[in-house]
Amino acid sequence: MSATFIHPLTGFVEKTFVITEFELRKLRHDFTELVTRALQPALWLLIFGEVFSRSGAMHTGNIPYLDFIAPGILAQSVLFVAIFYGINVIWERDLGIVQKFLASPTPRAALVLGKGFSAGIRSLSQAVVVYGLSLLLGVKLNWRPLALLNVLVVVVLGATLFSTFSLIIACIVKTRERFMGVGQVLTMPLFFASNAIYPTAIMPGWLKIVSHLNPLTYVVDALRTCMLAGSASSFGLGRDYAVILVTTTVMVFIGARLYPRLAS
Amino acid sequence: MSAGLAGFPMSNIVLEIKTLTRRFGTFTAVDALTLSVNAGEVFGLLGSNGAGKTTTIKMLTTLLPPTSGEARVAGFSITTQAVDVRRVIGYVPQAVSVDGSLTGYENLLIFAKLYDLPHSERQARIHEALEFMGLTADGGRLVGEYSGGMVRRLEIAQSTLHRPRVLFLDEPTVGLDPIARDAVWKHLVDLRANYGTTLFFTTHYLEEAQSYCDRIAIMHLGKLDALGTCKELEASLGGDGHTLNDVFVHYAGSALDSGGNLHDVGAERATAQRLG
Repeated sequence: MSATFIHPLTGFVEKTFVITEFELRKLRHDFTELVTRALQPALWLLIFGEVFSRSGAMHTGNIPYLDFIAPGILAQSVLFVAIFYGINVIWERDLGIVQKFLASPTPRAALVLGKGFSAGIRSLSQAVVVYGLSLLLGVKLNWRPLALLNVLVVVVLGATLFSTFSLIIACIVKTRERFMGVGQVLTMPLFFASNAIYPTAIMPGWLKIVSHLNPLTYVVDALRTCMLAGSASSFGLGRDYAVILVTTTVMVFIGARLYPRLAS
Repeated sequence: MSAGLAGFPMSNIVLEIKTLTRRFGTFTAVDALTLSVNAGEVFGLLGSNGAGKTTTIKMLTTLLPPTSGEARVAGFSITTQAVDVRRVIGYVPQAVSVDGSLTGYENLLIFAKLYDLPHSERQARIHEALEFMGLTADGGRLVGEYSGGMVRRLEIAQSTLHRPRVLFLDEPTVGLDPIARDAVWKHLVDLRANYGTTLFFTTHYLEEAQSYCDRIAIMHLGKLDALGTCKELEASLGGDGHTLNDVFVHYAGSALDSGGNLHDVGAERATAQRLG
């Protein structure tokens, strides 16, 4: 036993990155997932986006519709990938991996945030895909370094938020079958009750309220603000960040409380 | 610490369990279990399926809070000092607990980091652990390619990197062929000899208990039914020529399959399949 004293906060940050590091190391051995994930945003932009853009049915102000939905589709693909992240935890529970980590002195919140953060970093591939497609479709992108940096940060945080939410669901339902069911039920409402593919301005009153309570709306708003040249934020980037960070913190806190249930 | 076991100095007790109880609804999985284990002892917990062995191990490894009662590991309370307990124990769950998509070396490295092994000692400890478990040549391979016996030895290496005082093993040899089982036990015995690690394990294999245990406890329906050395238990039946098998049937009943649910059975078979 090494009796060195480690400050709880330093320990927490360090352990979080240890978990993230090893989650990312696993990726090395399987790149097919990254390729298959690129398919969905391509379909949404190339088919849904093109058709609705031609129809002129959506009024998105002075921004062309394709430009409008490009950040929305990035947010959506981040959500869709992150919301099923919890299945990995159920898999690790059915093996004995979760139990072994829980029997170690690692802070529970570090186990949860480390995993969420790794999902965040993994979803950066989605940003690359959507940027590539946007270039192809002539979306006017903002290439300023600060804007790009903001997009990266928001993508990572957004994926961390939703994958932690997914992990919470996994801790509650505990089986793969139930998890897949709940995951399916959640993704579409989160997606449609947001500003991803249409502005909240054209929504009926009740839906507008729901969309303002939906964290995805703030992820989309932040991405739209930073990703496009000449797009103004609806809520202000500061509020977007505040909502995303506070929600993620709450999710990690709840996740850390529920995670031990996987072992009992 | 309170009353020690007769014949052992009090300070020698590394694991002390007092009226430990766990209920799930109206079902009592572990019923007022009381026993002590001495430092360096190899202690086997036997019982039929559903006897409460796994629940006991889960409570002692802080994975499951007890309904009532208390246990101390190396002096730390499992209920109020859980993090301290986690630092001084190692745990090898029944199911496979190493990651198949990482190499053997990486599986050890992550635990070296999680247990705060000093940076300067990490490499040496990891290589020592690989060598100790006979895995030096395979450290760089993906664990997904390991055989069942290698997986178990890696799991033991992983759980003992931080030199725990007590190593808990839940059915450590389930699903292994006799040769792999012997290899695992050889390494476990060496672990005790070299580092004084106390081994607390559950098993279905009576001959393992007979060959390797200093003492045995037999649980039945959540209660401790018998406790002692193999010889003591055989003698407790009276007369001559009783085997441990007779002892087991006497205390745990002849109904070998009195408990466990579909999930448990599924998990156990899946483990056996993955390892075998």
